[in-house]
Amino acid sequence: MKDVLIFDATMRDGSHALKHQLNLDTISKYCKMIDKAGIYTVIVGHGNGLGASSIQIGLAKHSDVEMLQTAKNSLKNTKLGIYMIPGFGTIKDNLIPAIDCGVDVFKIGCHCTEADVMKEHIEYLSNLSKETYGVLMCSHMAEPKRILEEALKIQSYGAKGIILMDSAGALLDEDVRARISLLKEKTNLKIGFHAHNNLGLAISNTLSALECGAEIIDGTTMGFGAGAGNCQLEVVLAILQKKGFMKQINLYNLMDVADEVIAKDLEYKKGINSLITIGGISGVFSAFTEKVKNVAQIYKIDPRDIFVELGKRKVVGGQEDMIIDVAMNLAQKKKKDATSYMIESLL
Amino acid sequence: MKKIKVGILGTGNIGCDLLMKIQKSDILECSLFMGRNLDSKGMKFASENNINISDKSINALIENPELCDIVFDATTASAHKTHAEILKTLDKYTIDLTPSLIGQMCVPMVNGEECLNKKNINMITCGGQATIPIVNAISKIQENIKYIEIAASIASKSAGPGTRANIDEFTQTTKTALSVFSNVANTKAIIILNPAEPPIMMHNTIYFLVDNPNMDKIIQTTYEVEANLKKYIPGYKIIHKPTYQNGYVVVMVQVEGSGDYLPKYSGNLDIITCASVKMAEMYALKRINNERCINI
Repeated sequence: MKDVLIFDATMRDGSHALKHQLNLDTISKYCKMIDKAGIYTVIVGHGNGLGASSIQIGLAKHSDVEMLQTAKNSLKNTKLGIYMIPGFGTIKDNLIPAIDCGVDVFKIGCHCTEADVMKEHIEYLSNLSKETYGVLMCSHMAEPKRILEEALKIQSYGAKGIILMDSAGALLDEDVRARISLLKEKTNLKIGFHAHNNLGLAISNTLSALECGAEIIDGTTMGFGAGAGNCQLEVVLAILQKKGFMKQINLYNLMDVADEVIAKDLEYKKGINSLITIGGISGVFSAFTEKVKNVAQIYKIDPRDIFVELGKRKVVGGQEDMIIDVAMNLAQKKKKDATSYMIESLL
Repeated sequence: MKKIKVGILGTGNIGCDLLMKIQKSDILECSLFMGRNLDSKGMKFASENNINISDKSINALIENPELCDIVFDATTASAHKTHAEILKTLDKYTIDLTPSLIGQMCVPMVNGEECLNKKNINMITCGGQATIPIVNAISKIQENIKYIEIAASIASKSAGPGTRANIDEFTQTTKTALSVFSNVANTKAIIILNPAEPPIMMHNTIYFLVDNPNMDKIIQTTYEVEANLKKYIPGYKIIHKPTYQNGYVVVMVQVEGSGDYLPKYSGNLDIITCASVKMAEMYALKRINNERCINI
């Protein structure tokens, strides 16, 4: 437990909850307030990482570079981190500018079965001696054995660690344990877990991950993030401190940031609604939630039907255009026969 | 009818798919299939089809330059750097299927004619071939487009080691090509690999950020492009009528493969081999007609 690091994704994942309208004043205030809490790194940027500002995912209010510069100027003790998904961001357009902004920690991510698309990027950063982690998203969509194969690739590219994301909040306790234990046994990587709370399991799953050997908690203050949000850092740390661990973290400081910035300034209302639960049991990327709501309204269909259908199609993070595709198909079906889709869903 | 001879460099899936398409052509014949390993799956496939094969790669052509007039390069971007110089010296019409971007960027329907006068043409990327014809056509009829974005989803199974290792170049090259063929400076390309089983068809979404678009004209143009593209990419399909929502026009395209050497879900590979063979046929036709004129 002594070596457990806290990765704070609030100013990245939280961007989803704000439809990517996170403003620079918030980033500045947040970073200044949390700088002495004992957090290892604060991850900043578009919700889907650098280079993901797009119509497909959502256009950000500020460029990644503006956000990173603002954060860098506001952090003294805490490392500045970024997240990037190859296929959205590139070395030239995104990683090099991030390095120029003084970023310390690099998380490179992809869907959980596709680690080889990160080879170029992880090797590029490792060769520059940058602290780099490989991230596997939607880790519920592959068996532990496959997750291990991908993790070993990440290890061979020179990453320091791996972070498993439960992007749909779909993993159950036994699923988390199976994945983390196997990685702990068979790799030399520092292992992290990034939970989502669709099924109310974000904190307990994080605790299970730690029990199985994870050494990075990747979460957000107040659980501020996509869908139902993430592992709530001040709660998981309160539990750990009650157990006698992680005393180096200033819990009051973390709570103050949650109360002052996330609850008061951003008026974040935490909770799991029915749509988010459906997202969790359908195993669909949490970040789809806002767009599903929006598109369901345009095409006058039940947003839950969209989630169920997206789950059947096994869409992965980044495939937000499928929401429109599915909605158009559902709307057409509905026109033909109002009851047919419901019946089909029940079969 | 007289056939123009072509050579294929690279004996992987793409090379074999090119070979099958060439065998169906009335004006092309494959006279040399070049790789490094006579035991590879592709080499055996070519050999079974009675094609002249060589394991000396491009050296086979250096030794016997008269063997073909057109060369397809289906190796890698770094190998093409070397090949490009040699093929230039040998004066071969070169169709480059790697993302090297050494030659003239080519989309047959858009600038095919112009590309016949170049010596080395580059087929950009699958995402480029799938979206640029529509991007180009719409940017010609619709003013004030502020931004263009494409998102291409392909089945993991149809993304070979080359595509995976070069996803960064893929993203960057597609973006560059979108700007070149639309005259819109601000563009973006996104690529997503999806491992679902059964494998998904290649799916492309094109977004145009524009105020007050002329939707009737856009819809008409989009379907015209589809009809023209179907002539050389049979599996190209607009899956939803273009719509305007929240300030942007959305066009969705699916590409089903022809199912020649590669399975039908590999629309992303099929579109680039179809486009390449189309260019070879255009070049061959021009050459045959020229020779005919000279003979008369």
